[in-house]
Amino acid sequence: MEDEPPPTPRPSKPDDPIKELLWFSLISTTIKLLLVPSYHSTDFEVHRNWLATTHSLPLSQWYSDTTSEWTLDYPPFFAYFELFLSLFASYVDRTIVNLHQGLNYKANSVIYLQRITVMVSDLVLHFAIYGITKKLDPTRRRLIWVLVIWSPALFIVDHMHFQYNGFLLGLLLLSIWALSEERDLLGGFFFAVLLCFKHLFAVAAPVYFVYLLRHYCRGGLSKGLSRFLVMGLLVISVFVAAFGPFVYHGQMLQVIHRMFPFGRGLCHAYWAPNFWVFYIMVDKLLAFLLRRLGFNIQRPTASFTGGLVGDSSPFAVLPRITPLFTFMMVLLALCPCLLKAWRNPQPKKITRWIAYAYMCGFLFGWHVHEKALLHFITPLAVVALDSVDDGRHYFLLSTVGCYSLFPLLFEAQEYPIKLTLLLLHCLLMWYGFSSLFSEVALPKSPNSDEYLEKKTAEPTSDEETGLEIGWIGRCYLLGLAAIEVCGQFLYPLIIGDKFPFLPLMSISVYCAFGITYSWLWQLRCIIKS
Amino acid sequence: MEKKRGKKVNIVEKNDDNTWWWLLKKGLGAPFLCISLFAILVRLAVSLHPYSGAGDSPKFGDFEAQRHWMEITINLPVKEWYRNSTLNDLQYWGLDYPPLTAYQSYIHGVFLKSFLPESVALFTSRGHESYLGKLLMRWTVLSSDLLVFLPAVFYFIVAYSSAYPRNGKNELAWLMAMILLNPCLIIIDHGHFQYNCISLGLTVAAIAAILSDKELVACAFFTLALSHKQMSAYFAPAFFSHLLGRCLRRRNPFLELSKLGLVVIGTFALVWWPYLNSKQAFLEVLARLAPFERGLYEDYVANFWCTTSILIKWKNLFSTHSLKLFCLVATLSTSLPSMIQQIRDPSNQGFLYGLVNSSFSFYLFSFQVHEKSILLPLLPASLLVLEEPLLFRWLTHFGLFSMFPLLCRDQLILAYVALFALFYLLFHAPGKRPRKIKSSAPRSFFLKLLGFCSFVLHIVYLTVRPPERYPFLFEAIIMLVCFSQFVLLAIYTNTKQWKPQKQSSSIDRQKKLL
Repeated sequence: MEDEPPPTPRPSKPDDPIKELLWFSLISTTIKLLLVPSYHSTDFEVHRNWLATTHSLPLSQWYSDTTSEWTLDYPPFFAYFELFLSLFASYVDRTIVNLHQGLNYKANSVIYLQRITVMVSDLVLHFAIYGITKKLDPTRRRLIWVLVIWSPALFIVDHMHFQYNGFLLGLLLLSIWALSEERDLLGGFFFAVLLCFKHLFAVAAPVYFVYLLRHYCRGGLSKGLSRFLVMGLLVISVFVAAFGPFVYHGQMLQVIHRMFPFGRGLCHAYWAPNFWVFYIMVDKLLAFLLRRLGFNIQRPTASFTGGLVGDSSPFAVLPRITPLFTFMMVLLALCPCLLKAWRNPQPKKITRWIAYAYMCGFLFGWHVHEKALLHFITPLAVVALDSVDDGRHYFLLSTVGCYSLFPLLFEAQEYPIKLTLLLLHCLLMWYGFSSLFSEVALPKSPNSDEYLEKKTAEPTSDEETGLEIGWIGRCYLLGLAAIEVCGQFLYPLIIGDKFPFLPLMSISVYCAFGITYSWLWQLRCIIKS
Repeated sequence: MEKKRGKKVNIVEKNDDNTWWWLLKKGLGAPFLCISLFAILVRLAVSLHPYSGAGDSPKFGDFEAQRHWMEITINLPVKEWYRNSTLNDLQYWGLDYPPLTAYQSYIHGVFLKSFLPESVALFTSRGHESYLGKLLMRWTVLSSDLLVFLPAVFYFIVAYSSAYPRNGKNELAWLMAMILLNPCLIIIDHGHFQYNCISLGLTVAAIAAILSDKELVACAFFTLALSHKQMSAYFAPAFFSHLLGRCLRRRNPFLELSKLGLVVIGTFALVWWPYLNSKQAFLEVLARLAPFERGLYEDYVANFWCTTSILIKWKNLFSTHSLKLFCLVATLSTSLPSMIQQIRDPSNQGFLYGLVNSSFSFYLFSFQVHEKSILLPLLPASLLVLEEPLLFRWLTHFGLFSMFPLLCRDQLILAYVALFALFYLLFHAPGKRPRKIKSSAPRSFFLKLLGFCSFVLHIVYLTVRPPERYPFLFEAIIMLVCFSQFVLLAIYTNTKQWKPQKQSSSIDRQKKLL
């Protein structure tokens, strides 16, 4: 330890965790502030319109107004949240909350205001991750903060593309925190609240139901039943608080109609990298081969993204997929996890189960958006440091997941930013994981003999131990870079403007492999444990 | 055996104290890479913001000036670049930096032309503003920063760590973050739009060469810096006196000096080659570099002339010629003490202080100083941050503040606030501090009061309309506050340079023993 500086006379005191959290959180906030003028998608106008709708219309018309095409399609708590934000908005600039004059309003005031509301609401996430990591050792704690608070995916989706995922994920993590501390009632409450903010999170509801039933409602029939009733009452009262006013105004059908627009197709405009990408590709391939063999295969007229218009199927050969079928697929994929939760509901495993549920929803769900990646990448960060294997798979998943978000920002201005964000994230993960795991490879409180043996057996083997993703993983990640270079630079140079969807499709297909692999590994991990 | 185990446990405990051990564990490569990437990210994010003179026809701002130079250099032959002609109207943002800037403009102009020819077309491109045009221009600054400033800082850190071996990895990583994430430099280059990163990067490389005892390389780098921006002359007294002092201690001072002189002249000749074949061409360029007609100072710069002009109307009382003389005398006489110290006793530490001092005396007393010139004293102060953390924090605070009115005009307030916050956060990053900032109670109270005052002034400047009679009242107050701080700091660094340097001399002795 020659290069260590001489010890300072004052013993260095470890920093207060809350102060450190504040530091991490503020650093991310300064970057978010700098990103304010970057590109934002139509989601920005969607949320502005919701501000205006909730501010200027009575509650009974929130879900029936059609002034703008971006109608309110989140559950009521989110509408209340927008109503709350609109108080500030109307104070800053009246035009923002004007239903008609505010349409496509692009002044600095609205951009600053909406961007800042996202930054402030992110504090829920930061607080939740603080709670979860409070009892961990400092290094793991900091690394998890790096993964969650400085997550490039969140920067891309929330602070550039524009959404409020950080806040919603914060609620999810609050619920996970409560569950892992065995405060099941609170966990259930937060999850119910989350569902009333965004119903897409309902994918994990079966896991919650089974887990709470087995973990919370145990201890004999009478006690179990009473607890079941308490939990049920709590959840129902949350839902009543959310939907009650709309039932009162007779708007309930309209709300449900808005929340579940089944007019949409199997895939989103940009195919999320999930199972259905393979299905579509196989269909195309089969159609191509059969046509070559002389069969008369009709070209499908409907598109995957178009929705359930008419009776025509978007597939040429394979049977068409219905929402009900995708629903059954998700439930089927969830089964192993539900069984485990039923047999042995353990608080320390709940994080992985919930993340797994969102993975299933992502892989097999109907009209999945690539942004839903965040729903499992963020909770998985909490368990990423449990073992070397977890670290390795999180590294892979997080890289692939963040990369598959790249098509969200398609303008040249943001291109180097998203690239730098991803590279920085990978580097921090790589160095963090490899130093952590090479440290852990040596016993922590060593029995002297065993310790010495290990030490002599592999002298300063820092390079060998630690994170090792294997040659397949390495090739896969290199392939990611190749796909990017080909799609972004070589393809436009060689092929030009023909088939502009091909680079995007290749990203989808390639990332789908990584995410499916990751899902399989998590499945194996759950079954084996 | 027991001892070893004890040590290991100790390290583990220490790891928990040190926030960044997971990044620093494998040596300096990892933190350097991460800090550079983070610095790039910040620069990219700042470049999203508006540039100076955006949409402000007909004169626009520095952005248009740089674009115009690209237009001139790629469309006219080299000899015409500095000459007023029908094709090159010097009244409209004529080229007024030395030839290296012109070559750099040429290269960037070629880059722009290959992607967006209309943005650098002769005449028709005046005031060109477009999404792609802005982006390409921003990328030219970013690439210059990556190709010049970043490697120079690496070089400096390497030289510094071998000159001051007692610094640990933590300290070096922090030093690098402080130099690379200097908010003033980032906001002027990537927000306001300039290429200071090139001349400052070349200067950093020259300083690093001096720290690693390569005087000839240092001369070459510094000459290049001078040929990129004449403002680099702010550092010239320090370089000159330090090198002179070193030469005088050698066995054959004259030979050493003539070697250095030859390198300087050779580099100059190389850069200025196209203008050296006739005296007239050379004088034309020189005349462009010394814009005396632009007046004693610009806007509300926090230097001596501008501040005292509240009481003494220099511009009305004296002719430009006598003002030039005043400036020369004042600048030289104030930088003289630090020069004498370096000639008498040249040392690395003293050299770094000397750089701060000479650039301070130029900033405070020379002719035609701009607010942005505060970047020059800031650079050596950032290199000294491990020695003088408080000085650097103080100077950055008031340096940024002195540019606040300028940045407000550029609509860069948001970037300003974010970078200000980022600077303080990084300065007070968790983990080990190089040395605990020793600060007596009255001084820390004074600092807090000043910080509070500047905060209030920011708010007042943004929200209160100045009285009709004094439309520039707040600018003047900001200038006064900043000037007083700069003078204080300059006095401090001058006395510090003259103080016997116990630590550094002991280090030097240690080095000799090794």
